Amino acid sequence: MRALCWHGKQDIRCDTVPDPRIEHPRDAIIRVTSCAICGSDLHLYDGFMPGMESGDIMGHEFMGVVEEVGPENKALKKGDRIVVPFTIICGECDQCRRGNFSVCERSNRNKSLADKVFGHTTAGLFGYTHLTGGYAGGQAEYVRVPFADRTHVKVPENVTDEQVLFLGDIFPTGWQAAVQCDIQPTDTVAIWGCGPVGQFAIRSAVLLGAKQVVAIDTVPERLAMARAGGATTIDFMAESVVERLNELTGGKGPEKCIDAVGMEAHATATLDSLYDRAKQAVMLETDRPHVLREMMYVCRPAGTLSIPGVYGGLLDKIPFGMAMNKGLTFRMGQTHVNRWTDDLLRRIGQGQIDPSFVITHTVGLERGPEMYKTFRDKQDNCIKVVLKP
Amino acid sequence: MARRRNTPPEALAQGLGWFSIGLGLAELLAPHAVARNLGLRGNERLLATYGARELVTGIGILAARDPEPWIWGRVAGDALDIGTLATGLDGADDRRGGAGIAMVAVLGATVLDLLCASDLRARRQARAALPDYSRRSGLPRPPEAMRGAARDFEVPADMRTPEALRPWTSAA
Repeated sequence: MRALCWHGKQDIRCDTVPDPRIEHPRDAIIRVTSCAICGSDLHLYDGFMPGMESGDIMGHEFMGVVEEVGPENKALKKGDRIVVPFTIICGECDQCRRGNFSVCERSNRNKSLADKVFGHTTAGLFGYTHLTGGYAGGQAEYVRVPFADRTHVKVPENVTDEQVLFLGDIFPTGWQAAVQCDIQPTDTVAIWGCGPVGQFAIRSAVLLGAKQVVAIDTVPERLAMARAGGATTIDFMAESVVERLNELTGGKGPEKCIDAVGMEAHATATLDSLYDRAKQAVMLETDRPHVLREMMYVCRPAGTLSIPGVYGGLLDKIPFGMAMNKGLTFRMGQTHVNRWTDDLLRRIGQGQIDPSFVITHTVGLERGPEMYKTFRDKQDNCIKVVLKP
Repeated sequence: MARRRNTPPEALAQGLGWFSIGLGLAELLAPHAVARNLGLRGNERLLATYGARELVTGIGILAARDPEPWIWGRVAGDALDIGTLATGLDGADDRRGGAGIAMVAVLGATVLDLLCASDLRARRQARAALPDYSRRSGLPRPPEAMRGAARDFEVPADMRTPEALRPWTSAA
């Protein structure tokens, strides 16, 4: 089969690789009908995440049709149409029973490695380093889904791939980011980053009833899409984020702040951004946490910071004293996808939201390597790429 | 969609910014050594001034909201450098060879500066012709009409704001 494989920094190739096969009785093999490139794939593409090996199959946003199931998998049958969450879940461990699916205790087959690095393991993830299991990803014609009897979302035939594909990651990720804010009708929610997760966070915050949603980015087409979703926008290259947020909140700052940027914040005209760039250049820092610092500074005391943006390692000059004294609440983590998908699928079915709005490019799998670059460099007004194997 | 090179102009601009800072520091902190190697003895003060210029330009490129004007500034600086180095080539100084090598390097840097500046300009012009994403709300009605449409959702207990931090009216 064909698959997009990682071969090193900024080196993704469409290779021919062996077809996957059932390895465990709970597995399923699916034929991928649609998959997408996620913003967090770019951290692998840019070489910021350790633990990748040459030949690893990329991709954790995908859906398709069940081709084969293991003998113990009674939940699925051949022909079922499913979206696959990016977090692999056993559905039985203590964390899964609590709904904390992204920290499933059993699905990471490299648990001992993750235990050493993180203290305790997190869930296995598709196509996302050997630290999270080294599972083959979904930017391929076929995928083996481990624990498939629990790691799936069945979708009806009357919705298109484009409407439900993002249930596997970015929609529930944006939704969880907003849910973690426990939005009140009086709240201003400020969202850094108008990439796909930011776009879904904007719509989620609007649907959950925020008084005002403010979105921060500098890419004009992303800001335009944010405004379409109901956000007031701030171009961080053209105006001061802090001043403008204070202006929009009567000088008090937003109650809720969402970081939909993560570890690769772009350099802005601020000293801390230059500092991060310099430290990263000499390998003294892994992440560029400008957005985190700015959120901590501008957030209203007793406010909440919600962090769906991916961070990878060690962050420097985090003003934690400021956060402590302001009494900020931090909520973060990978998304507990299955916790939200039933509800979100219902909302899609009811027409409350159509997630396909975010797709700007649809191409064949073989054009995946070039689309990584297009997406990373925000060329051709690219916001979200869907690949058709 | 097709682009001429693999490096995005912003990344190239960043590289040129760091290069400017490095060169600027060398000229500012060791003007005598630089002058000796380039056959420009007697021009140490001028070289230190150029160093300050490089330093300011480098910081400008890295810190500016839009690096394009600063890259054009580098192009202007390149012209000055070429003129100054030409005097080194004319002289009888036994380090004339150094000036020749430096001239080639500056010409190379000038080409990079010009490519970067023209790419940044092209990017700016391309962005000016935006696709229309103003209808891509994903919502069936205008956002204002959809505000609160999902208020039937109950935030799970583990994600609710701690009671002590909730607005007094809702905590009461």
